[in-house]
Amino acid sequence: MIIPKLSIRNILGAGTKTWLNAVVLSLAFVTIIWGQSLFRGINEEASRSMIDMQIGGGQYWVEGYDPFDPFSLEKAHAPLPPPLQAAVAAGDATPILIVQATVYPEGRVLPAELRGIDPGQKALATFPSSSISGPPDIVPALIGARMAKAAGLAKGDAVTVRWRDAKGTFDARDLVVVETFTTTLQTIDAGQIWIPLEELRKMAAMPGEATMAVVRQGFQPAAVPGWIFRDLGFLKKDLDAFIKTKTIGMSIFYVLLMFLALLAVFNTQVLSVFRRRREIGTMIALGMTRARVIGLFTLEGALQSILAVLIGGVYGIPFLAWFKAHGWELPGGQADNFGLTIGNVLYPIYSVGLVAGTAALVFLATAIVSFLPARQIARLKPTDALKGKLK
Amino acid sequence: MENGKIIDLESIVKDYPMGRTTLTALNNVSLTFGPGEFAGLVGPSGSGKTTLLNIIGSLDTPTSGRAEVLGKDVGCLSPKDAARLRNLHIGFIFQTFNLLPVYTAYENVEFPLLLLGMDAAARKKAVMDALAWVGLADRARSRPGQMSGGQNQRVAIARAVVKKPEIVLADEPTANLDAENSHKILDTMVELNKSLGTTFVFATHDPKVIEHLRRKIVLVDGRVERDERQP
Repeated sequence: MIIPKLSIRNILGAGTKTWLNAVVLSLAFVTIIWGQSLFRGINEEASRSMIDMQIGGGQYWVEGYDPFDPFSLEKAHAPLPPPLQAAVAAGDATPILIVQATVYPEGRVLPAELRGIDPGQKALATFPSSSISGPPDIVPALIGARMAKAAGLAKGDAVTVRWRDAKGTFDARDLVVVETFTTTLQTIDAGQIWIPLEELRKMAAMPGEATMAVVRQGFQPAAVPGWIFRDLGFLKKDLDAFIKTKTIGMSIFYVLLMFLALLAVFNTQVLSVFRRRREIGTMIALGMTRARVIGLFTLEGALQSILAVLIGGVYGIPFLAWFKAHGWELPGGQADNFGLTIGNVLYPIYSVGLVAGTAALVFLATAIVSFLPARQIARLKPTDALKGKLK
Repeated sequence: MENGKIIDLESIVKDYPMGRTTLTALNNVSLTFGPGEFAGLVGPSGSGKTTLLNIIGSLDTPTSGRAEVLGKDVGCLSPKDAARLRNLHIGFIFQTFNLLPVYTAYENVEFPLLLLGMDAAARKKAVMDALAWVGLADRARSRPGQMSGGQNQRVAIARAVVKKPEIVLADEPTANLDAENSHKILDTMVELNKSLGTTFVFATHDPKVIEHLRRKIVLVDGRVERDERQP
């Protein structure tokens, strides 16, 4: 127990130098936790938002449907088979019909997808489908904020839409925008117009048909001939890949941050160890082994990381708690530029693992940068160390 | 430790490579020291006093010859065993005091006992006794920066004797002290030598120290020129 005792005595005895080091290290510690938790929050929100508004517990796609190929839409529709009809009847699934269309807002021409969805559906927990209702003489339409902005449409506006039905006949009709919604998901917003499913089936001459069926979370999928079940892993593949890419980028930032903090510690440790070489010589003369000298100086450095965690806790806990409660409101429009489906207010997600892992990382890294100069100086001959010589 | 010899040096040679040449710091030095001696290695700078002290203290090894301290051949000891020998049996007093600056007087004196693993109660008593021997019991909480040079050197002496070692090696212990403090320090060491029976070996060219020595070994150019014992 002598080494911990002496280490504590030494770092407390060093006074201001110790505290300065610990404060610098604590900044890195708190910043890493803040950044990581924020990033986890963003990822979690992106994932949650996608599940609740778009993909539910998975999707059955009619064979031939390719979301990245608009031409596939012409044939990507089929009557719902009995198993899916049963799931819909039980409230476990909701069918969506997609038809390629063109809208003419203010005399302009915009390609769009007409998407028919049941206004009473429950599979997508937060999708505002219930708002697409209205008097029987109009076709109510729901559009996202991005679509509204791109088309120059607002709630109450009418817009002409043109499409080709199942028999290849072009038809056109006016839709009335009954509601607009804000979402972090561009894929259900930009270029999308949501109308009641039955209305679209009539317009497209596709009675009882759908392009896909979204199932609720927890639904146990079974094989349905002519339909392919896409699970969350498949549907979130792009998002996960994107998050992974972002994570690598963020990791580089954390490594740089840690590197800068550790450079400060290393620099101080090198200076400290070389300044204290006479002290080291004295310790060796008094009977301390080299291994104990190295252990002492390494632990001294590492203990600074414990101090850093304590100091970081003093100002970090209130700061992180405040941040958790209030989030970080992005300036207008910035959320769309992030490249990920994030909200306008970002909320962090903390975990014991994150805090403990970061503390362990800081402790380990500090111990390593303290060990290196200590090992070097402990190689000195005691007689040279006593004279303050460097060889 | 045959025949009461606690230090037995036989034909000690110490060479230092200096570029293409070699500097011989000690040349065929043979000496023995018994328990309770109060001896000094005397000579001008560069005569090999500190080198010999370092070899006796197992901080250095001879190039040739045999240096036996308390029955252990210094040249054959591993660094760990050498550290143990110093920790258990040898106290050091340095010209520049070499106190650990962030420690109090108490903690400095306590340091060798911590290395020995002594229990807290025994440690406290030993430290306070040692500080009392050197008249600094009331400065136990002072740091080196808060004490005079003489007080610092007395703390260093307390640190050297606190574990009651068989040997204390003092390298120019009065070089940084004024006459009054030098005499106080020497009186303290003479007293400890008598009361504890510890062997003191000095490296010095200070006349004040030399007049206290009971044995004076004069080194010139790494050789023993005279070995005088007072009756």
